[in-house]
Amino acid sequence: MKRVFCLHIDLTAFRRFLDPMVKPCERHILVFDIKKVPLVVSSELNPTDLIVNDPTDAPGAGLPQVHLSRNPGMALDLDWVTGVRINTSAVERRCASLPARRSVKKAWQAAWLLKAITVMDLTTLSGDDTERRVHRLCHKAMQPLRPDLLAALGMEGKRLTTGAVCVYHEMIPAAVRALEGSGVPVAAVSTGFPAGLSPLNLRIAEIKASVAAGAAEIDIVISRRHVLEGKWQELYDEMRAFRDACGDAHIKAILATGELGTLRNVARASLVCMMAGADFIKTSTGKESVNATLPVSLTMIRQIRAYRDLTGFNIGYKPAGGISKAKDSLVYLSLMKEELGNRWLQPDLFRFGASSLLGDIERQLEHHVTGRYSASYRHAIG
Amino acid sequence: MNVSEIFETMDYGPAPEGAAMADAWLDRHNRSFGLFIDGGFVAGEDGAQFDTANPANGQVLAQVTQATDNDVNAAVTAARKAQPGWAALGGHGRAKLLYALARLVQKHARLFAVLETMDNGKPIRESRDIDIPLVARHFYYHAGAAQLMAAEMPDQQALGVAGQIIPWNFPLLMLAWKIAPAIAMGNTVVLKPAEYTSLTALLFAEICVEAGLPKGVVNIVTGDGSTGELIVNHPDINKIAFTGSTGVGRRIRQATAGTGKSLTLELGGKSPFIVFDDADLDSAVEGLVDAIWFNQGQVCCAGSRLLVQESIADAFYAKIISRMDKLRIGDPLDKAIDVGAIVDAKQLQSITEMVDSGLADGGQVHRANTPMPDIGCYYPPTLITGLETASRLMQEEIFGPVLVAMTFRTPSEAVTLANNTRYGLAASIWTENINLALDIAPKIACGVAWINSTNQFDAAAGFGGRRESGFGREGGKEGLLAYTKPKLAAKPLKPVLPHTGEAGPAQPMIDRTAKNYVGGKQARPDGGYVRRVHGPKGKFLGHVGIGNRKDIRNAVEAAHKASGWAKTTGHLKAQILYYIAENLSARADEFADRLQAMQGGGNKAAGAEVEASISRLFTYAAWADKYDGAVHDVPIRGVALAMNEPVGVLGLVCADEAPLLGMISIIAPAIAMGNTCVVVPSDAFPLTATDFYQVLETSDLPGGVVNIVTGPHGDLADTLAGHDDVDGVWYFGSADLSAGIELAASHNLKRSWVNNGLGRDWATAEGHEFLRHATDVKNIWIPYGE
Repeated sequence: MKRVFCLHIDLTAFRRFLDPMVKPCERHILVFDIKKVPLVVSSELNPTDLIVNDPTDAPGAGLPQVHLSRNPGMALDLDWVTGVRINTSAVERRCASLPARRSVKKAWQAAWLLKAITVMDLTTLSGDDTERRVHRLCHKAMQPLRPDLLAALGMEGKRLTTGAVCVYHEMIPAAVRALEGSGVPVAAVSTGFPAGLSPLNLRIAEIKASVAAGAAEIDIVISRRHVLEGKWQELYDEMRAFRDACGDAHIKAILATGELGTLRNVARASLVCMMAGADFIKTSTGKESVNATLPVSLTMIRQIRAYRDLTGFNIGYKPAGGISKAKDSLVYLSLMKEELGNRWLQPDLFRFGASSLLGDIERQLEHHVTGRYSASYRHAIG
Repeated sequence: MNVSEIFETMDYGPAPEGAAMADAWLDRHNRSFGLFIDGGFVAGEDGAQFDTANPANGQVLAQVTQATDNDVNAAVTAARKAQPGWAALGGHGRAKLLYALARLVQKHARLFAVLETMDNGKPIRESRDIDIPLVARHFYYHAGAAQLMAAEMPDQQALGVAGQIIPWNFPLLMLAWKIAPAIAMGNTVVLKPAEYTSLTALLFAEICVEAGLPKGVVNIVTGDGSTGELIVNHPDINKIAFTGSTGVGRRIRQATAGTGKSLTLELGGKSPFIVFDDADLDSAVEGLVDAIWFNQGQVCCAGSRLLVQESIADAFYAKIISRMDKLRIGDPLDKAIDVGAIVDAKQLQSITEMVDSGLADGGQVHRANTPMPDIGCYYPPTLITGLETASRLMQEEIFGPVLVAMTFRTPSEAVTLANNTRYGLAASIWTENINLALDIAPKIACGVAWINSTNQFDAAAGFGGRRESGFGREGGKEGLLAYTKPKLAAKPLKPVLPHTGEAGPAQPMIDRTAKNYVGGKQARPDGGYVRRVHGPKGKFLGHVGIGNRKDIRNAVEAAHKASGWAKTTGHLKAQILYYIAENLSARADEFADRLQAMQGGGNKAAGAEVEASISRLFTYAAWADKYDGAVHDVPIRGVALAMNEPVGVLGLVCADEAPLLGMISIIAPAIAMGNTCVVVPSDAFPLTATDFYQVLETSDLPGGVVNIVTGPHGDLADTLAGHDDVDGVWYFGSADLSAGIELAASHNLKRSWVNNGLGRDWATAEGHEFLRHATDVKNIWIPYGE
């Protein structure tokens, strides 16, 4: 084990230099004391060189602990959860003005749309999914854009895939086979998706089965009733159990924000899930009547920022459902860039859950290349 | 940068709004503009022009005419000629034309927006999404106001010709705020846009022609401050409306003092932005972006003074600092720019010098860590913490993107600090506690308060300030009233002189000593002098004290101590006013005798004056719990509450000719609305007032609510008008003092209501006009939603 270079700095100062320091793809390591000081940062170490401890069960709390960038969670802080304040009108005003404040045109728009493809969880969650239908989707994920367009955009030779393919448990083996060697991970929705009302032991077993089947990412649904009944400890325990069941697979916590009633509840549920070890928080199953919205997104990513400010851990964000236009994806990317920084424009910290978005992006990109408006039949469907 | 590089950096690129159409419009005018007078463009008398430039790159956009004396005369003549016909066109006729203007603004919205941004330097997002839509909204709203005028304001009529002088920070929006209500109410206008930003006004002149507005209704004269002075001093103008700096506003008050010109002033500010520990801090930070980095901070109501609760101050400052770094500064025509160019190099220099010299007082400067353009007039978004109330930067208006911050401990300290300023324009209050928000908003000295929001504007809600932020409101019903006057026949007032006679005993009574009445106690005049009061035939009636400036000082202090009166219920105020009437009624004969003894005129007239006074007290007892505010229909999910607040401490100089009725007619509305007052009674016939304090003493009126100082109007009115802790002064005396009072009132820009030597019929002098002068409207915006 290498020595860790220690910097004793306060949180505020730390925040100031974290963003420019962290480059895309660079694994950064945070060493921190659960009491918040001292903070230690290093970006030069190989994660495998470090001992990973979980501060929540480590003896001798107060000593510096060493972590990978994956969120270990923290003890449930009920004061923080219940004290969170969201002003809905103000949040809505920010969301109304943001799309008008940030406009991305020409080459920048093309590049941003390419980026949107790389953070997309190409998804099929239908009762009539079959292995061959999933196979078709996986091939689209591995080659989401026509090669001639990719070349015309100067991206020849660059590997461009979607962020993941997202399926039900039964479709995992087919997806894993289809994606083998591509580097595109398989994400599985789990825990009695979408309602999350099957027996807890079965939900946990489902996660384990999906991980065993090869899913690298598990999208769980929380029990909305725990939020609506204010049972934060129960929510925390459930999320912890799911996280434990995931093992090395990354876990995305779906809050089903359309069923939580208020932005304040969205914020509280976001915090509890992060405290309980979520790697990602995600808006929706896509099955609620209201899915991802900008006010919900702003609320959730501000909680991600608050969690990062306090713990130093970066949590990913995944809006899902209702994002079907290329222009919408640009707004979301600028929202992430504005509120959290460029670090959140990479697939390890940002994903779109979308099924029809890709088609619109393909058409916009062809328009960028040719100057002519495109037609959907000119692009392979997923 | 190519696509694959941008794919890695994920930077923003340029997103320019095209300027071709605006350039084509300028070219069509050969980039040279005359004046818009009597329905057409004319060359200036002496042909002198000056450059108007784009502050983002220094390029000259066009030549604009410097209007001369004769040019302004021609514009006023055209406006005067057009006014009777315009008023006679009727509400519906005017409404149709205002509607046409609204539609044309919308049709040419993008051209207006691009031209505004080129001339002013504000981001195209703001001119496109905020300024121009608000302009159209203002004309729509006032089309409706014209339509409803006859039905809803039957006792009001147009003032005549309005001279309007507007600033450069919202060129077209301020034009709309001025022109729409003026012409809706049947006035015609001569408007001068700011020297830096004339172009959108000239484009607006074109659409006036396109709309078919009659010639002379709108006249636009361009030029610098000297042209503005010509308008202010023009004898044939009935109303001056000015938006701009407090210094210029004060000079306008002085120049128009005693001329009878109606005046509204919308001046500077140092508006507090108050953040409590239970606010949604992330949203409050975003609110600050809209408060101080909107329009480069060149906003009169900018939330430029951050007051933050100590317990969250450091965390909140940290959030602001990281948010500032995300602001994008640059070409205002770029659609993804947050902060554009300062309007002119001179303004940039003034901001720079003020901040640099102000930092001698201490303070930590935080500048946005964001790229700045190489050319053009730009100032970086700036936060200065660690300042205290004594710091110059905490007190004076910077009018740039510079936020100054300090902390408070408790809600009451927040209010104290918020009000520790000469200004009183706006306030922004952030808390998730509705009790706290609705407690604080009424306590801030301001004309508009925004709860959990900032810089919200709408034609339906009045906008304007208190203290040295000016007086009068723009928008809403209040704004319409600022362009009308009551349909009253006023005739010149002859001086009413005291009767004279020989000294002698006041038979058959025991000698009485009439004193001043201060703080609920009878007080001998400070100077220790008295004068005799005689009847019309020389009969000696008694002595009255000769009050002086120290008596006024004491009375003003007493009036401030009684400020709790403002917080009493309307019901209680009504009870006390009824009780005063009851006690006056019990002594009706005595008061009638006194009136008759001082004035003559017969017992019947004197008895009628007493009865009218009792009725008047009943009128305002009735109004005390009925002069309701309003809930305006503004385009947010929420409410805008228009609350009628007392003006504060009023100096009331009473009519000479109706010693009891004239006095009751102004005291009663003043106290019914919660003001406290210093009353200077009829100089000629003062003994009714000194009798009257005995009525007050027996009527449960708290001491200090009404204070009476007898003496010569000239000295006392001047002291009252010049007193910086008096909020308004009314003058109905018969001497020629209006000009002097308005001149003295210019120092703290208190509201003044003077008679300009014209009398009124006190028998009918009651109602809305008086209530309006006794109140300030505060609009409190309360967005809601969970």
